[in-house]
Amino acid sequence: MRVDGLFLVGLGIFFAIIGIVYWVFSYEDGGFLMLMGSALLGILPGSYYLWWARHMKPQPDDDPDASVAEGAGTVDSFPGSSIWPFILGAGAFFATLTFVFGLWMAPIAAALILSAAIGVTVESRRGGAV
Amino acid sequence: MTTTIERPDLIGPEEPAGPGGHGPVEHRADDDGHHAGPSGIVNWLTSTDHKVIGKSYMITSLVVFFIAGVMALVIRAQLSNPTSSLVGFQTYNELFTMHGSLMLYLFAGPFAFGGLANYIVPLQVGAPDMAFPRLNALSYWLYLGGSTMMVSSFVVAGGAASYGWTAYAPLSNATNSPGAGADLWLLSLGLTGFSAIFTGVNLAATIFYLRAPGMTMFRVPIFSWNMLVTAILILIAFPVLFGAVVLLFCDRHFGTHIFSVQGGGVPVLWQNLFWFFGHPEVYILALPYFGMVTDILPVFSRKPLFGYKGMVFATMSIAALSTGVWAHHMFTTGVVLLPFFSLLSYLIAVPTGIKFFNWIGTMWGGQLSFQTPMLFSVGFLFAFLMGGVTGVLLASPPVDFMTHNTYFVVAHFHQVLIGTTVFAGFAGFYFWYPKMFGRMLNERLGKLHFWTMFIGFWITFIPQYLLGLDGMPRRIADYLPSNGWTTLNVVSTVGAFILGASFLFFFANLWVSWRSPVAAGDNPWDGGALEWCTSSPPPHHNFTHLPPIRSERPTWDYNHPEHRKMHRAGAEPVPDKETVHAGGDS
Repeated sequence: MRVDGLFLVGLGIFFAIIGIVYWVFSYEDGGFLMLMGSALLGILPGSYYLWWARHMKPQPDDDPDASVAEGAGTVDSFPGSSIWPFILGAGAFFATLTFVFGLWMAPIAAALILSAAIGVTVESRRGGAV
Repeated sequence: MTTTIERPDLIGPEEPAGPGGHGPVEHRADDDGHHAGPSGIVNWLTSTDHKVIGKSYMITSLVVFFIAGVMALVIRAQLSNPTSSLVGFQTYNELFTMHGSLMLYLFAGPFAFGGLANYIVPLQVGAPDMAFPRLNALSYWLYLGGSTMMVSSFVVAGGAASYGWTAYAPLSNATNSPGAGADLWLLSLGLTGFSAIFTGVNLAATIFYLRAPGMTMFRVPIFSWNMLVTAILILIAFPVLFGAVVLLFCDRHFGTHIFSVQGGGVPVLWQNLFWFFGHPEVYILALPYFGMVTDILPVFSRKPLFGYKGMVFATMSIAALSTGVWAHHMFTTGVVLLPFFSLLSYLIAVPTGIKFFNWIGTMWGGQLSFQTPMLFSVGFLFAFLMGGVTGVLLASPPVDFMTHNTYFVVAHFHQVLIGTTVFAGFAGFYFWYPKMFGRMLNERLGKLHFWTMFIGFWITFIPQYLLGLDGMPRRIADYLPSNGWTTLNVVSTVGAFILGASFLFFFANLWVSWRSPVAAGDNPWDGGALEWCTSSPPPHHNFTHLPPIRSERPTWDYNHPEHRKMHRAGAEPVPDKETVHAGGDS
């Protein structure tokens, strides 16, 4: 956790520094804002990880001497297969095409996306097909 | 004392009976019966297994690669003689636009982070799957939808987009590029952009949270490290592209004037936004392939990687610097801060140089064996060196003013991108193919593939440097005999066709490996990373057993106890081979 956090915070600080240097010399707002956005992208999750690294018990994947057995147990329960990503992808495909070929595609897209949203939620509740 | 664990215990309460790796056109060498559940098309549609999705990604992106490659051959054929009329000017514009777009957006990136990384990263860090399996599947379907959309834009009225892969405003507005093809191009970028973002999130979460015990961050193989850095770059770059695409779409259809002068907009703002995506994108394309080469060189040099931490920090520096150099593509617009972008562009040469130093240091004094993956890796070193050195030249504004928009730039970025995505990409493909399909590729055909490709590559692009220095602009469909560019263009076209023909050996190789398989075994190259300790192809949740992880080469430590590298004094010794059976080839 600590290395992950330092990695992200380090990147964020670098972007903040070059962003400020860039703004001081160029007065160009777009690039400055994008660099500051990148800086936040590093600093926000990075400092969150660093906070957890201090408050969480050390994880076996950060322990250089951990034995494989320490990773035993359930990581999480995932559905082994699921049709809903495909349905959602198809919905996104038709939703996108609506912008080119007209609104008649919108109901198809909405039906696919809604059914996928419901389907994937139900699947997660009951654990899904293995 | 046992140091292994039944990996199925790590995930879910019961033995999974899900899909086990039947991709759409995949044929397993050892169908050993532990893959119950749906098969064929149903399995392909419903699978959330990173191995199935990774293979689907790879096959789709290779199909895109060959479509775009054929376009390149048509382009070269058109340019092989002056005032050629093989294709019309409009078709030519569509061809070079789609060649660039397919190669950059739909092949090079997705082949690396959707294909090989999707397959290999969970294996390298010892994870049972990606962190978000269903999101992973969704990102593939978005990618497939986006690819279909872009490729099929040739058949709509008005043809495909024809404004270059960079879609500069005002050329890309509704007046200059009307038609559905241009819209489909933009929307396809939206879909594939989200697909890339989802994959980036997935890769970062997998590497941060699903590492096996003992796999500390500084033991993660360099390929996975590079994929982590790539994932961060994806999260920085692709949202900007998506925003820019939405703004351009609004300009085209909803009456806004963000990129048009008439309504008070700023056309060069498109370039500013696009290249803020576009330059990190170059490294999103390059870093995964650097990682592949970094994993391959030690295996075929019979040495550990020289300067592991140097590699990690060099990758991070490249990623950090690459976000601050975007406007070196805009030197000639006259509105950018030349010293800032020039300096940062030069600085990128430093971490890249460290990488080269470490690659050479890895090979130095090693017992080199030039099997196909190693040949492609060394080919990458040459190709990328040439592309990189001309890149340093282009970072200098005076040189850039001279060569901007000429074939010099075309030759430069083709050497960089073919060096990374094709040479290193095929190095990775030949290297991991035995792991993915459980069978070997033919060495002789692989070497023929490499040498024809390598020779064709240099014959194609060295003349283009000279043409560029002679002033031949890029994106022109014809030129005059009096320009004196004919001979060099003919040479370049001949090279391109040799390069294209080299893939016949690749197809032959796939066919041979499919028709008369040679079983690969778990670890055909005697590799050191964790993916080589499981079966080929790996079982549903990747590992039945894991060796103890005490260095960045756990499988090597386990297979070669005489060379064990202890983490530190007093650490638990790696048990002998008799007590642990990693990845039994059931």
